[in-house]
Amino acid sequence: MEPLPSWKNFVVELLLYAALLVVYFAFVLHYLGGWFKDLYDHDRNLFAVMALVIMIGQTVVLELASSFLIWFVREKQGKKRRK
Amino acid sequence: MYFPISGATIDPFYLIGLGFIIGILGGFFGVGGSFLAGPALFVAGLPMNFVVGTDLLHIVGKSMVAARKHGILGNIDLRLAAVMVFATIGGSEVGVQAIESLKRIARVDLVVGLATIIVLVCISFFVFLESWQALKLKGSRKPLSEQTSREKDKQAFRFIAHWTHSIDWAPKMGLPHSGIKSISVWAILIVSFVGGVFSGFLGGGAGYIRMPCMVYLLGIPTHIAIGTDLFEIVVSAGYGSFRHAMNGNVDVMIALIMQTGAAIGAQIGAVLTQYFQGPLIRIAFAPLPLIGAGLIIYGLVTGHHIH
Repeated sequence: MEPLPSWKNFVVELLLYAALLVVYFAFVLHYLGGWFKDLYDHDRNLFAVMALVIMIGQTVVLELASSFLIWFVREKQGKKRRK
Repeated sequence: MYFPISGATIDPFYLIGLGFIIGILGGFFGVGGSFLAGPALFVAGLPMNFVVGTDLLHIVGKSMVAARKHGILGNIDLRLAAVMVFATIGGSEVGVQAIESLKRIARVDLVVGLATIIVLVCISFFVFLESWQALKLKGSRKPLSEQTSREKDKQAFRFIAHWTHSIDWAPKMGLPHSGIKSISVWAILIVSFVGGVFSGFLGGGAGYIRMPCMVYLLGIPTHIAIGTDLFEIVVSAGYGSFRHAMNGNVDVMIALIMQTGAAIGAQIGAVLTQYFQGPLIRIAFAPLPLIGAGLIIYGLVTGHHIH
């Protein structure tokens, strides 16, 4: 079992996550809207598949991106302490 | 923000905030949060036919985040989840079909609604009473972070689970991750099937029924019940949202925006469970079935169905 995370790391994780979401929200969702509406009107089965794929994809990508950023921040903090 | 699929105009920050709150509840209690998301989306102006499907799709993403976090914390029993998921989907189908059939009978809403209210109030009362008793029991003196799932999870009415474990219906299986040597597969299937039927009837994941059933009837430690329930919700809600999307009842953009907030909330909720013992989580859980009961009363009185 993983040890309990410190609150400091957890807050950093959340702030990074929030920053990622703002960028994602501004760019990706803006372009997805029209495409999904088109799919909804013309191919309902493909729409259903893509809805699930995009939802799972969004979850995985945001998780991976936040994990990478946390690792990056911890590495930097570790280097500073070693110096 | 205008959402062309559903034709609704909703503030995206409202959706992120709503997702965030539901995410915390889901991560902490192992529930989908439909009892809150459904009415909140309806109040925001989403047409009723889109509410259930959109909510289910966002539950998929949110539960994935919370389940992954619970998985890292060692709170998922994969053997149990693998058995439960099929019965949940089957139960959900039966629930939906039964309601469609029963709609033709006069006063069925009143009869089924009242029966559900009684069940939900009983669950709420039972969980509160048991947790209250369990909090009075003497527990381990070790720090919380060093306690095992069993030590964290004092239960006052453990005899119910012992009785379930003694049922001798073959086939039986062991759940070593949950500390159960042998349990009838039928007991697991019945619990998940009943949860699925409620899910089909009320919409959402019906975690407020399944989670206490897993703890009290199957004897699963609270933390593992929450994590496993979430894992199972990913599959069953995925199936449900796919069906709804095929019928055109899902606004993907709304679900995606809600999930961005829910992803953060679910992580907080999942981590928070590590700071509380099982009885404390259960006593905080006790009012949730009452919210479900309140929604049904609202539906019966006004004639509007929240889900």
